[in-house]
Amino acid sequence: MAVGRTQAVALLGLHGAIVEIEADYSSQLPKFILIGLPDAALGEARDRVLAAAANSGCDLPSRRLTVNLSPAALPKQGSGFDLGIALATLAAAGIVSSRSIAEVVHLGELGLDGRLRPITGILPAVSAAAAAGFEAVMVPTGNADEASLVPGIRVIAVASLREAAIRHGAEFEPVDVEPILIAHPEPEQEEDLDLADVIGNDDAVEAMIVAAAGGHHAFLLGPPGSGKTMLAARLPGLLPDLDAATALDVSSIRSLSGLAVGDALVTRPPLESPHHTATAAALLGGGSKQIRPGAAARASGGVLFLDEAPEFNSSVLDALRQPLESGVISIHRANAVAHFPGRFQLVLAANPCPCGQYGARDSECTCTPSARRRYLGRLSGPLLDRIDIQLRVQRITSAQLKLAREGTRITSAAARVRVTAARECAAERLAGTPWTVNSQVPGFWLRGPHARLGGVVTASIDRALERGGITMRGYDRVLRLSWTLADLDHADSPSADHVGRALYLRKALSA
Amino acid sequence: MAAKDDLGRRGEDLAARFLEASGYTVIDRNWRCARGEIDLVARDGNDTVFIEVKTRSSTAFGHPFEAITTQKLARLKRLAMAWTQAHPYRRGPMRIDAIAVIAAAGEQPRIEHLRRVF
Repeated sequence: MAVGRTQAVALLGLHGAIVEIEADYSSQLPKFILIGLPDAALGEARDRVLAAAANSGCDLPSRRLTVNLSPAALPKQGSGFDLGIALATLAAAGIVSSRSIAEVVHLGELGLDGRLRPITGILPAVSAAAAAGFEAVMVPTGNADEASLVPGIRVIAVASLREAAIRHGAEFEPVDVEPILIAHPEPEQEEDLDLADVIGNDDAVEAMIVAAAGGHHAFLLGPPGSGKTMLAARLPGLLPDLDAATALDVSSIRSLSGLAVGDALVTRPPLESPHHTATAAALLGGGSKQIRPGAAARASGGVLFLDEAPEFNSSVLDALRQPLESGVISIHRANAVAHFPGRFQLVLAANPCPCGQYGARDSECTCTPSARRRYLGRLSGPLLDRIDIQLRVQRITSAQLKLAREGTRITSAAARVRVTAARECAAERLAGTPWTVNSQVPGFWLRGPHARLGGVVTASIDRALERGGITMRGYDRVLRLSWTLADLDHADSPSADHVGRALYLRKALSA
Repeated sequence: MAAKDDLGRRGEDLAARFLEASGYTVIDRNWRCARGEIDLVARDGNDTVFIEVKTRSSTAFGHPFEAITTQKLARLKRLAMAWTQAHPYRRGPMRIDAIAVIAAAGEQPRIEHLRRVF
């Protein structure tokens, strides 16, 4: 009997590796041996495959069956190898064509009745198969929509092992079965979060537009009820649609997290707002065998909003420093390293003190000065250093409310137009550099010959630097914000007014 | 005698005939000691072969080979040792084989032979 050989995909983070599945019958007492570092779920493939084959009408030899997953040293998880194992076994038994299965990548979990169940992570797995040069991939019917989102590979959707075997040349009578589909949750109600809902707080609204235009991280400081959460939740609505590569990344992460992807790539930036009891594993990703993406990875391409930031464990917050720096989340485990995209825009919100009232115009703070200092001291300097916009927001007064009723407010749609135009401005200016938005540009470039501003323009921050009011790093951040403000105004370069406004966007903590 | 014992007896006869036809010499049948029983002992060239014969009238409750468990093989190995002790003049390599006989009523019985299973 020949060796049956086919392929499946093992996922590590978003990276998929092609795994070769070999099956061989030897003249020994009946036994099913599965080797090549399977985890518990994959080890149980043995029983699923045998039952599914029997219930699909395949008469397998009563001999020793050895299934090898190679490369043998690569850890493999999950039930997505079932279909590949079953078909390699059928090929070893001479029921399906060995040549036919060798050219196709097989993904899918088997039910005992032989029907195929959809699996998570189809999108990155099919992408990996396409990248490895395979022309066809066989997936469960329930995953067909998601798999077809990947260009350049033919998707063969099958409902059962019997149907898969027939496709590969087995002589069975086709039997119609009801395919198992993904339980689609109700399509998420597109919450109508419009910027026009925010009244008063014009400074803060403008700051959110600046954050969206330049991709700047933001820190909002203010008493409870000043609209911090409301503002942060509206930031994704201001961002432009995702580009093709980011859309694939965002959809792949969703697929890997077991969330519904549907029949189109995600095009709107995601918003993740983990609770302040989140652990480092919940925020960045983790797990000992299967490494799963955390909230920060799910927010990649969009906004990661940490409400009540000082309540987070400080080590958890500091774990964000590495992705903020590199745009990649790397999770190291004993047997593997997984990488996830980590290009999210961070928005932190905090009360000014434990009771929340410090600095509010209408109430008294009851905290001692040391309690106040300790509270914000939980946000480490290095983390705050990476946040361009640091803004104080205030509760609105009745006068502002009255004014707001009369005036017109900017809507998210209008703001998005401004943001998109400003981003185009920046991209044009930064053409030929590795950067596309202002937040990515390093200080030396801003102070260098390409972007040097006149002494008159920077006079206010030069003076602040002299007095020790801001540090050199803070100086660079103000320059960066000035450029974004200039882009929003369609100015060729920042004016003294832009620099002054940029300085204002930084003053929450120093004021 | 119960029907299942009849079937087992018939299976062993068939297996013995099958082995003779394949050039083996059957030297012992149903050898018993305190620990149990060896179905067949045969000689294949220089090898002493201990054979477990499993007979079934259909595969409805699984293939006969599936009934040969690791424990059964371990017992067979101990029995093989006991047999060699009782027959010290028999020297040379030993091995354990398994034979499955599927003897459906009114059909030609099917015999499968696995060599060196333990």
